[in-house]
Amino acid sequence: MPQTSREEREGPRTLAVRVWRGREEGGFREYRVPAQANQTVLDVVTWIQRELDPTLAYRFACRVGMCGSCAMTVNGRARWTCRTHVSRVAGPEGRLELRPLANLPVIRDLAADMTPFFDKWAKARGRFQPKDAPDGAVPEEFHVVPPASRQRREADAGIECIGCGVCYASCDVVSWNPDYLGPAALNRAWTLVNDVRDGAQAERLAAVAGDAGCHSCHSTQSCTEHCPKQLDPSAAIAGLKRRLFWDTLLGRRA
Amino acid sequence: MRAMTSVRGQVHLWVAQRVTAMLLAVAVTVHLVTIILAVRGGLTAADILGRLRGHEGWLAFYAVFALAAGLHGAIGLRNIAAEMLGWRGRGFDLAWLGIGLLTAAFGIRAAWGLYAA
Ligand code: SF4
Ligand code: SF4
Ligand code: FES
Repeated sequence: MPQTSREEREGPRTLAVRVWRGREEGGFREYRVPAQANQTVLDVVTWIQRELDPTLAYRFACRVGMCGSCAMTVNGRARWTCRTHVSRVAGPEGRLELRPLANLPVIRDLAADMTPFFDKWAKARGRFQPKDAPDGAVPEEFHVVPPASRQRREADAGIECIGCGVCYASCDVVSWNPDYLGPAALNRAWTLVNDVRDGAQAERLAAVAGDAGCHSCHSTQSCTEHCPKQLDPSAAIAGLKRRLFWDTLLGRRA
Repeated sequence: MRAMTSVRGQVHLWVAQRVTAMLLAVAVTVHLVTIILAVRGGLTAADILGRLRGHEGWLAFYAVFALAAGLHGAIGLRNIAAEMLGWRGRGFDLAWLGIGLLTAAFGIRAAWGLYAA
């Protein structure tokens, strides 16, 4: 009877982890990390930094999939590392290759510079602007938003974004066109376009239109495929396109 | 910085591409069905002229078809060139618009030739 090796039964004893060191220019350094049951990719990075190399730069905060700060490129694919189990991605040989998120400048090692990502979020007018109180004061009247209304459901579908940048790093159009606002910012804009309490609709629709906005999206759904929160930015962008199509055709745009 | 077509202009190009796509969906179908029906008894110049000469309906159809095809193709090439070659800006957009209208003009001239033949 063929013997199953210990590796096949329990997985590898050590992981071979190649980690990007440096900025845009740099190279991989390999570390050997003891494998453990229920180990996340973020655990591995933390172990390297604590036990092997305190100069390693990376970013995390919540470790439970809420803050969106720990995303990296893991074996070629953007992932949130605090919720990615090594056993799911390292294969039977226990190999990991870690790089900073793609489509963003590198600060150092595994820390990507999120500035362009959040700047575009602001450019897409991703901030709620109360209708009755543009100066930010508490409005006098409360809007009633029925939970079953179509707009409320559209907004709900995209509201749980944690701003991790995984979609942004997975989008080809971002890599081709540095001005493209990207899936997360457009998804956020779509939630606000569907917010009946918001007063900046015309400006927001203008901000997300055109070659830097929703009209450059190829609907390839790479963002939707990779989003760890199972959101569908691609559908949100299709919603923006539909809205702008009819508004333009029927002359509804100011 | 290179002068860009206004965002409004960009949206209009996109809307034009969608509308021409819808027109093409219909026009290509009509075109294919016509070809299949027309070649059943063999294809002769006299048949073609007999069908098209003096028929305003066919002239209008082919004019719309040619316009839609020219614009749709040019806008598509514009988008590909912008992404793959970095050809962006107002100058390129106007050039593509010119190419689209020129292509359409050739098609319309051919349709007119058959109508007036
Ligand atoms: S669907 Fe659009 S936004 Fe999403 S990855 Fe594809 S091109 Fe990018
Ligand atoms: S849409 Fe998903 S992948 Fe993109 S930033 Fe939000 S949570 Fe992350
Ligand atoms: S550390 Fe907060 S989402 Fe991973």
